[in-house]
Amino acid sequence: MTEYQSADGPVTGYAPPRPSAVWISALRKVYGEGDAAVHALRGVDLDIPHGDYVAVMGASGSGKSTLMNIVGCLDVPSSGEYRLDGIAIADLDERQLSLVRNRKIGFVFQSFNLLARTTAFENVELPLVYGAVRGPQRRRRALAALHLVGLGDRVDHHPNQLSGGQQQRVAIARALVTAPSLVLADEPTGNLDTQSSSEVMSLFDRLNAAGRTIVLITHEEDIAAHAKRAVRLVDGLIVQDVRFAPVDGLPPRLATAGAGRPAAPSLALGPGA
Amino acid sequence: MRAREVFRFALRGLRANKLRSGLTTLGILIGVGAVILLIAVGQGSGAAVQARISSLGSNLLTVTRQAGGFGRAAATRTGTQSKVSNLTVADAQLLAASDQDPDVSVVAPVASTSATATFEGATTTINQIVGTYPAYLPISNDTVAAGSSFTDEDVNRHRKVVVIGQTVVTNLFGTIDPIGRTIQLGGVPYTVVGTLAAKGGGNTFNDPDNVALAPLTTVQDSLTGFGSLSEIAVQARDANSANAAQAEVTSLMLEAHHVTAASEDFSVTNEATLLSTAASTTQTFTVLLAAVAAISLLVGGIGVTNIMLVTVTERTREIGIRKALGAPRGAILGQFLIEAVLLSVVGGALGVVAGVAGSRFTVDGIKPVLVPSSILLAFGVSAVIGLVFGSLPANRAAKLHPIEALRHE
Ligand SMILES: Nc1ncnc2c1ncn2[C@@H]1O[C@H](COP(=O)(O)OP(=O)(O)OP(=O)(O)O)[C@@H](O)[C@H]1O
Ligand SMILES: [Mg+2]
Repeated sequence: MTEYQSADGPVTGYAPPRPSAVWISALRKVYGEGDAAVHALRGVDLDIPHGDYVAVMGASGSGKSTLMNIVGCLDVPSSGEYRLDGIAIADLDERQLSLVRNRKIGFVFQSFNLLARTTAFENVELPLVYGAVRGPQRRRRALAALHLVGLGDRVDHHPNQLSGGQQQRVAIARALVTAPSLVLADEPTGNLDTQSSSEVMSLFDRLNAAGRTIVLITHEEDIAAHAKRAVRLVDGLIVQDVRFAPVDGLPPRLATAGAGRPAAPSLALGPGA
Repeated sequence: MRAREVFRFALRGLRANKLRSGLTTLGILIGVGAVILLIAVGQGSGAAVQARISSLGSNLLTVTRQAGGFGRAAATRTGTQSKVSNLTVADAQLLAASDQDPDVSVVAPVASTSATATFEGATTTINQIVGTYPAYLPISNDTVAAGSSFTDEDVNRHRKVVVIGQTVVTNLFGTIDPIGRTIQLGGVPYTVVGTLAAKGGGNTFNDPDNVALAPLTTVQDSLTGFGSLSEIAVQARDANSANAAQAEVTSLMLEAHHVTAASEDFSVTNEATLLSTAASTTQTFTVLLAAVAAISLLVGGIGVTNIMLVTVTERTREIGIRKALGAPRGAILGQFLIEAVLLSVVGGALGVVAGVAGSRFTVDGIKPVLVPSSILLAFGVSAVIGLVFGSLPANRAAKLHPIEALRHE
């Protein structure tokens, strides 16, 4: 991998600037071939520093999910460059990719994507199993993540015994449990009512306040207003990139709602792995 | 570390579809059970044939009549009519009296036939009514269970006496004591003087106890007539001298019948030869049975592949989720491979139980004989089947691209 990897660890003496969480250049994605080819992304440049909180907006079919899947290392671009935390993703082999997905990224889906017939606890535990975290520690971390999203009392419930909002919070707990530096969410509130949406969004706000980089897709302006920055896609191109709040500060909602109110201490799941 | 968890995922996957897993297991169960049971039946029938042959008598040689080496057409063309001479009592007496066959201990002429026997309304068909000398009993390994054998005196005086086997006793007399009673053999009255100890083995068509022994002279008088003897039973001194005795008997008979080896009109069979022929026949039989069973095991294996392919397709989304969470290829491969191996190994283990249990029953008179190596083989093959037949679907699962798997409906 690249020299940047050591930037995560403590460095004495000269410290190079920390690479961006996400750095994308001239990214293109074409589905299909010839006449039937769909140009979902037509040359996207994007730089997201650590600690940022970005809302990706745009009309349906503008390429938001395509971008998100590439950033989440679930899909590969047709051309262009992508560095995650300084790592050139294109250079990674299958095994390294699964490590990156496991350690560096937490993905939240619009449709939750929890495993059926599997308890909330076991769902949350899953990334730790694949990350080879052992028994007692795994249990402790999975329970902590569930408490964090306010589901400490639903540990042994199956997805079909939980409301949509609760399922999405289990999914968020699962995305957080490995303490990834980057949390990605594709329309996390798309299937939720207003009440559940605001619960989920305040969770994201507090996560960002605790230092996590968050990128989420949304169609709704008031969801986007939780972010520090909004990016608008039209037909596979970024046409607008607005910043509402500085990268280093609190997210807008927390800054206005309770100036000086400290982020909940329980959010300190540790820094990005 | 992760292996245990992957194993747990596999178990959970199987439990989620109990009926389907059960039926797939059943396929392997039947295959493995069939391999074990059919090989045991083959082995058992081999053992039965051998037991049957050794119950005929140890060191037994049999002289039978046989057409000459030339066919009739060839013989008539050259004008040298090849006459098939009879086996006679004189031949038997020659073999018994000669001092050129030191390896022969006992000789008995035999005229045998089958006939219907009746006693007070009860009727049975006796497969073997053997007219012979008392010397026949030790040769054929028969012992008298009740009453006594007939004697040389009975032979000389053409007395109508008979010694009957246990099957005949059961069929004609049931619980009545047969000694001293008179039965009709082919319409001729015979007095039962003794019964033979049961030999067992054999089956309905080939029951060594469905037999009646009577004086040669009487049987020739009333049943077979005075043509050729059926055979001359010869006992060698011991098992080691059987081959020498065969050679001696052959040369004496050649001399007596004035024929050469090329135009032999008789043949001398040796129990050892019979045994080896029978052994090779049952070997073929066993191989055939095993082949049939192996095919059913193969079909069971294809069932595993089929069900695992369905499972992988059905659970594509689950695979996508696992990959998105960072499951390495090996973990997915392992999970589905373990599912397949579990299916076939559990089926194999149950098949061993079924095969072993099934071989405790007698199948058409054959008592199956378990072959330990067949159990190991069948079980081993079932495990390998899981690996081989499971690897295609498991590989397919492991190779799925995360985003394509997640998009799968
Ligand atoms: N697997 C695919 N094969 C072919 N075309 C695809 C595929 N996935 C997406 N597309 C096309 O790429 C374009 C961008 O799709 P994408 O899913 O990124 O849109 P989106 O911005 O997420 O839309 P929405 O807001 O409705 O979720 C669309 O025109 C879509 O039809
Ligand atoms: Mg989308």
